[in-house]
This record gives sequence, C-alpha cells and structure tokens, in this order.
Amino acid sequence: MYDFNYHKPSSIDEAIQLFTDLEDAVYLAGGHTLLPSLKLRLAAPTDVIDLAGIPGLNGIDYSGDDLKVGALTPHDDVSTSPVVQSVIPALASLAGGIGDAQVRNRGTIGGSVANSDPAADYPAAVLGLGAQLVTNQRTLNADEFFTGMFETALEEGELLKEIRFPKPEAAAYVKYPNPASRYATVGVFMTKTSEGVRVAITGAAPSVFRATDMEAALNADFSEAALDGISLDADMMNEDLHASAEYRAHLCVVMAKRAISQI
Amino acid sequence: MSISVSMNVNGKAVTQACPANTTLVDLLREKLQLTGTHVGCDTSQCGACTVHMNGRAIKACTILAAQCEGAEITTIEGLGDADNLHPMQEAFRECHGLQCGFCTPGMIMSAVDLVNREASLDETIIREGLEGNICRCTGYHNIVRAVETAARKMRN
Repeated sequence: MYDFNYHKPSSIDEAIQLFTDLEDAVYLAGGHTLLPSLKLRLAAPTDVIDLAGIPGLNGIDYSGDDLKVGALTPHDDVSTSPVVQSVIPALASLAGGIGDAQVRNRGTIGGSVANSDPAADYPAAVLGLGAQLVTNQRTLNADEFFTGMFETALEEGELLKEIRFPKPEAAAYVKYPNPASRYATVGVFMTKTSEGVRVAITGAAPSVFRATDMEAALNADFSEAALDGISLDADMMNEDLHASAEYRAHLCVVMAKRAISQI
Repeated sequence: MSISVSMNVNGKAVTQACPANTTLVDLLREKLQLTGTHVGCDTSQCGACTVHMNGRAIKACTILAAQCEGAEITTIEGLGDADNLHPMQEAFRECHGLQCGFCTPGMIMSAVDLVNREASLDETIIREGLEGNICRCTGYHNIVRAVETAARKMRN
C-alpha cells in the first residue's frame, strides 16, 4: 500500500473538518475492506482519518423504541449482545455469520453499511428491517440509502453515526455463503412487521434490493407455497465464477422459502 | 508520513517510529523481531498472523500499527516459552496438532481466544471458531483434538 498521512480526530466535527480540508481523504472504521483495498492499490488516498478516537460511536442501546447500534460497533459485539439476541435475534445471527471470528472482532456495522458491498450481509438487515441511518447531518431511511454497487446516499464526507432498527414482529436471515469468504452468494432477510412483509436480498444483484413481488405474494399468504410462482429476472443478477445469474435468481426464491420456514 | 506509536506488547511498553502505512504484523516482525507471528496470505483470510488485541483475536495483517496506539498486544511469544508452554501449546505438541507448523502460531492464538470466549466447546464450535485459520497441511483433526485437550486443562 502507498503511504498516507494518518489522523485520529477526537470528535465528529474534527473528523468532518479534516475530510473537508484534506486533498483526498478516507474514513477508517474497522478497516477490513479499506486496508485490503489499499494493499491492492484499488484505493490510494492521501490521508486516512481513523474514527476510533471519537467517543459515542460504539455501543448498543435499547432504551427507546428502536434498537440503536453505533456505527463503530464490531460484528462480534452485535452477535454476542444479549440485548440484540433478545430484541432482534435474526440480526445477532446475521452478525455471527460474517467472515470469521477475527474479522468479527474488528469489522464494524457502519463500515459494512457505508461500503455497500453487493455481497455484504448487513445491508440486507438494514433494508429488510427498514432501519434508519443517522449521519452527522440527517437521518436517512434504508429505502433511500443503498443506491448501487458500493454506492450509498451518503454525500462526500458525510459520516454515518448510528443505525436504528425497529423491532419487528418476526425476522429471519438465511444466506447461501461463499464457502471460502462467507460473503453472501445470496442472502435473504425476511421481516414481518405490522405494516406487512419486507424481503431484502443481498449478494444477488449490484446492490441490496427489496423483492417486491415476493412481498406482495407473502402479504396475501405468508407461506412457502406463495412463492411457487415467483421468479426473479436473471438479467438483473450478478454473475461470477461462483454462481451464474440464473443460479442466483433461483437461489433468491430458495433462500426466501428457508427464511419463511424459520419464522 | 512517519508516526510514533506506543503500545504494550507481551507485557512490555513499546514505542516505535514507523511509516503510517505500517501494519501491526510488520511492526511486530520487522521492528520488534517477534517473528513467531507469521504472514501467510496478507489478505485477512489465512489467520497465520493472528494475535490478541486487548484480549481479542485479530488478524495483524489487517490493522495499522497506528490503530493499536495504547493497546495491549499479545503474540505467540507472550503466551509461553520453551520451558513454560501455555496449555494450548502443550496440547498442540501432545496431540500432534501441527505438521509444517506455519499456521500454528495463528491457530493457537485463535484457539486460546475461543476457549476464553465460549462457555462450552464441542467439535462443531471448535471448527466454526477456527474458520479464520487455514492449515494447508490440512491437519485439522488433530488441531481440533488439541483444542479440546487444552480447553479441559485451561478450565481445571
């Protein structure tokens, strides 16, 4: 990796000011996407701004209506938290299935969500649960947050602070993991709420998306059989050496049925 | 950019100057000559570089030395020595939990964290817990036996 200048601000305001003033800066959370990208020279920023010195960005709180998870909370904290396990067990289970133990000790929810990797797990939970994303300047709905492959509605320098998950009536996450990386070849996060069913799919397409045909079918009849006539368009699916577009389209329905069976 | 980092490594306070892009594993191996921590893939997959940071297993190839400012780092050298092996090291020897030995330091550091973290262990939990460590000799059966053996000793 190329050399860079390293900064460790102690407040959000200081981090934003640094980002604004510096030539080509990036934020560093857990670093489990950024550092491999720097090593491959896919990214070559002049400055790295480490967010770990900012208090208040790491933690889990369920004192109000929503389950609040700070952006710098590592996956292992989410997966082993008795609070998360009791309020949204599917979220704890998803976090416990990311990468491996060492990765879960360092990788953060905010880093994963802001990166919007098409095969990452957390975007499925954020969109499936209809979470709210609190930044230094506004609150975004999950439905408007993920805009494409590695693209989000975050503006240049905007900092994700916290994710607020509403408690669902029931939820399940089922993924078909890549056997080497544990990234989702296809992952389906299914949620039952008082306003209906939400189905978010990651891994399959350039960005996490809601399967609206499935949602309509399941709102009429919440059963595996309700998905029998549903097929997703292979033209909108990813294709790589691990799975063809047609296979991914097929897996979406299979994983969705498995998620239903867990609810 | 040259920076100065201070951390505690195996119980000793360490302050080192290094370029900002230095990873923890490079600091350990190149500056502190703690070459027990290995670099296998350098892409956070193989786990040969696993060390403990504030008691948790992490991959030292995927963290900057700068991010470890003020941290407590334990490497394989800090776990035990030739005369006083840690129960996990002892168990790897007893159970023949290593062949070429390259993955062993990382396996042991991961396994110690696993035993400390999990209230009870069985083969499935051990295999899942060591998913972040790859043994290219494929000697996993004896590694699992070693972790089971060490866990019993560590809990007595």
